[in-house]
Amino acid sequence: MDHLSNLEAESIYILREVAASFERPIMMYSIGKDSSVLLHLAQKAFFPSLPPFPILHIDTSWKFREMIAFRDQRVAETGMKLLVHRNEDALARGVSVFSHGSGVHTDELKTVALRQALDHYKVDCAIGGARRDEERSRAKERIMSFRGQHHRWDPKRQRPELWQTFNTRITPGESVRAFPISNWTELDIWQYIKREAIPVVPLYFAKLRPTVIRDGQILMVDDERFPLAPGETPEMRMVRFRTLGCYPLTAAIESTASTITEVVQETLSARTSERAGRIIDYDKPGSMEQKKIEGYF
Amino acid sequence: MSHVTLDSERTLLRFLTCGSVDDGKSTLIGRLLYDAQLIYEDQLLGISKESQRKLGDAAALDLSLLVDGLQAEREQGITIDVAYRFFSTAKRRFIVADTPGHEQYTRNMATGASTAELAVLLVDARKGLLVQTHRHSCIASLLGIRHVVLAVNKMDLVEFSEDVFRTIEAQYREFAKKLHFTSITAIPLSALNGDNVFRHSPNMPWYQGSTFMTFLEDVNVNADAYEEPFRMPVQWVNRPHQDFRGFSGTVVGGSINVGDAISIQPMGTNAVVARIVQFTGDKSVAHRGEAVTIVLDREVDVSRGAVLCGTAHGTSNASRVEAHILWMHETAVQPGRQFLCKLGTSTVPAVITKITHKIDVNTMSATHTDQLEMNEIGVCVVQFESPIPHDLYSANRHMGGFIFIDRISNETVAAGMILSDVSQSRNITWQQLDVDKSTRAALKNQKPCVLWLTGLSGAGKSTIANLVERALTAEGKHTYILDGDNIRHGLSSDLGFAATDRIENIRRVSEVSRLLTDAGMIVIVSLISPFQSERERARRTLVEGEFIEIFIDTPLEECERRDPKGLYRRARAGEIRGMTGIDAPYEAPRNPELHIQTVQHTPESSALMIVEWLRDHGYLQA
Ligand SMILES: Nc1nc2c(ncn2[C@@H]2O[C@H](COP(=O)(O)OP(=O)(O)O)[C@@H](O)[C@H]2O)c(=O)[nH]1
Repeated sequence: MDHLSNLEAESIYILREVAASFERPIMMYSIGKDSSVLLHLAQKAFFPSLPPFPILHIDTSWKFREMIAFRDQRVAETGMKLLVHRNEDALARGVSVFSHGSGVHTDELKTVALRQALDHYKVDCAIGGARRDEERSRAKERIMSFRGQHHRWDPKRQRPELWQTFNTRITPGESVRAFPISNWTELDIWQYIKREAIPVVPLYFAKLRPTVIRDGQILMVDDERFPLAPGETPEMRMVRFRTLGCYPLTAAIESTASTITEVVQETLSARTSERAGRIIDYDKPGSMEQKKIEGYF
Repeated sequence: MSHVTLDSERTLLRFLTCGSVDDGKSTLIGRLLYDAQLIYEDQLLGISKESQRKLGDAAALDLSLLVDGLQAEREQGITIDVAYRFFSTAKRRFIVADTPGHEQYTRNMATGASTAELAVLLVDARKGLLVQTHRHSCIASLLGIRHVVLAVNKMDLVEFSEDVFRTIEAQYREFAKKLHFTSITAIPLSALNGDNVFRHSPNMPWYQGSTFMTFLEDVNVNADAYEEPFRMPVQWVNRPHQDFRGFSGTVVGGSINVGDAISIQPMGTNAVVARIVQFTGDKSVAHRGEAVTIVLDREVDVSRGAVLCGTAHGTSNASRVEAHILWMHETAVQPGRQFLCKLGTSTVPAVITKITHKIDVNTMSATHTDQLEMNEIGVCVVQFESPIPHDLYSANRHMGGFIFIDRISNETVAAGMILSDVSQSRNITWQQLDVDKSTRAALKNQKPCVLWLTGLSGAGKSTIANLVERALTAEGKHTYILDGDNIRHGLSSDLGFAATDRIENIRRVSEVSRLLTDAGMIVIVSLISPFQSERERARRTLVEGEFIEIFIDTPLEECERRDPKGLYRRARAGEIRGMTGIDAPYEAPRNPELHIQTVQHTPESSALMIVEWLRDHGYLQA
């Protein structure tokens, strides 16, 4: 068995364990490449049935427009049920990265929004597309990550995972985050997307796009809400994204890789990790770990 | 990283690394990631800043920082949990379970070992083998790891001395004899400088073996996956509409074809595989490791927790087993405690009825106890409240490994590995016959017993058995030989050499021996019987004092030299698989009644030793 088939089988096993063990699971769908792979794996795991859970998108309202279009197209194609949740209260208060900074933006529009949605839908297991190779603190994350009351991640209460025998038992108020693609790397993801011809958002492929440079990072001006500095005009650059989030928080890279084969080649020779394109875990060591304790994915 | 190809034939190897604090484990893993060029510039920048802070040297690059995880650990400067790392080369994709060395973290090491196919044991060349090296080896062996790399690190600190390396290697091989590894490979390295990690070291021209990386790329860990019986625990019943009913699960043993008959455990109902469904289209065959959905030819009542099996070899459904239990909770456990037991996809209530003994994981020796503390491993009797289909852990990790869940806190409190089924037939009272065993034995003027000759093929078991029988017959005793080869032509002609078949073969021989002792006979069994647990089970089948374990001890080299049946030559040539001593383990008896080293004696004098032992112990008179 080749390594991609091996990883695929492991992920399918985990998805089926979730479906069989929880009452109200959902699959978190961020529209990125990892979510695309996750969705494809779910289709495979339960075929000929549809995956027995809905997909949940936390919409910060700051996603790239192409992402939203892609999301709606995929939902129509797969026939899956989509739940969309926004922190309407924060949006009404005008929270955004430009007015409140990236910390408040992420906390209110992502972390709080996610907690609201999980409470609202009484979710007992949220399936996510996090990978252990993304960041140092994730190297120790469980496949079934236990969350106590108020979604808190307590490093001391994580359960040992022997073999593939997962302890899925929880009491009301507690929940589990399940990570079926824990053992995949960025390269595996791209190779699998290529092998299985999985649709992904076109933003992953290089194209001329309107951009500005801030603090050495290339940002795309996706809509008119992007405040330009006096005298600043967007320039067309050949860029693509290695990871996708809110457009003001996601840096592009200069690239000419416009096909899946070229993207795989570029990933093979990449010299920076994909998370460098995310502004969130940049500043101090352990910052992602702190975010996770607070309930950020 | 241009050497990485997109070869779809690239396989996956899961391995475990373990070592004591400061043996250089993190440095070795850091080195693997660094030399495989999987360290990105931003990560490198991060660690070079931390290196400077920690070491106060602007040029220092501490590769171990690449693999340190949680902040708490970074502050303490030690690793305290299992971390998973990933890297790949042109040939293989690797998943590394990186586990800590401290005693209190046995549980983490067991967790890492449970999914690993190979263990890398780090040893500091200056310190040699430590208690920890022994402990890690024992845990790896208990968890079913069969391949070990002894990475003798810091060779640069011992002037790359071949003597130092060879001494450590020899000591380790000696120690590991009592464990169940099928391969041990020792490699001298310097993780710090990269000697023998990716490239042969010019500093150790005396070392001709593979580099660490080439070895990991080439090692075959699936060699013992022969002739496994088919197993697929049902995870989820797939029922999109009235006309489709399939059973979704992952094949954890053997393979299955469309048209094959299967039995469904624990119910025991039979059916035939009608379709093997996957998203990309139906398949005609499914192998171990594949996630599939199976449709059967008839309506059967199957739900999650059932196991689809080959008809020839069903699972055991015994409700009482003996198992290794690794206790993982702060509060010690005593017999009588109830849990939920999860094995495969079934969950049933279970209770520990007895703690037979605990195992000192530094030496593998057994000590009496009435409780297990956190991180202790014991042999326990477990009673399931309803049948749970299973196999022995040695035959199939997925079917013989389980966890215990606390019924109130829901914590995972123990991991278990099934050693044997405990028969409950002892409770059945037999009809008392008028002529009993002692009458029959008295008539023959002897005490019935079983001389159980165990040893490698070609060790001399049959030769010695014949000579013993001749000597006893000459004295007017009543004997009978059960010879492994002869049994396989008749009583066990339906069995092969897979571990489960060997176990069944031994069960039959034990039962027949029991009947013959009941008839008053002295039985001479000549059977390789490689597994300690199976010999122990044979011992339990018999009345106390009637099982006499005799270790016919001949070194493998000598057996191979004799090779009376040409089997070793064929095994080496790859024509036969599962040959004990070559690609299947032989567990030497720990406390045999008699230990005969054949190279020091003629067969005649070996036989004489056995007869005299019987005489001394009063078996040759009623
Ligand atoms: N030197 C020596 N050779 C022995 C001894 N026992 C057996 N042999 C030889 O080893 C070979 C294998 O013996 P055999 O009885 O066929 O082994 P089995 O496979 O265990 O039944 C024969 O050639 C024997 O003569 C012994 O005690 N000492």
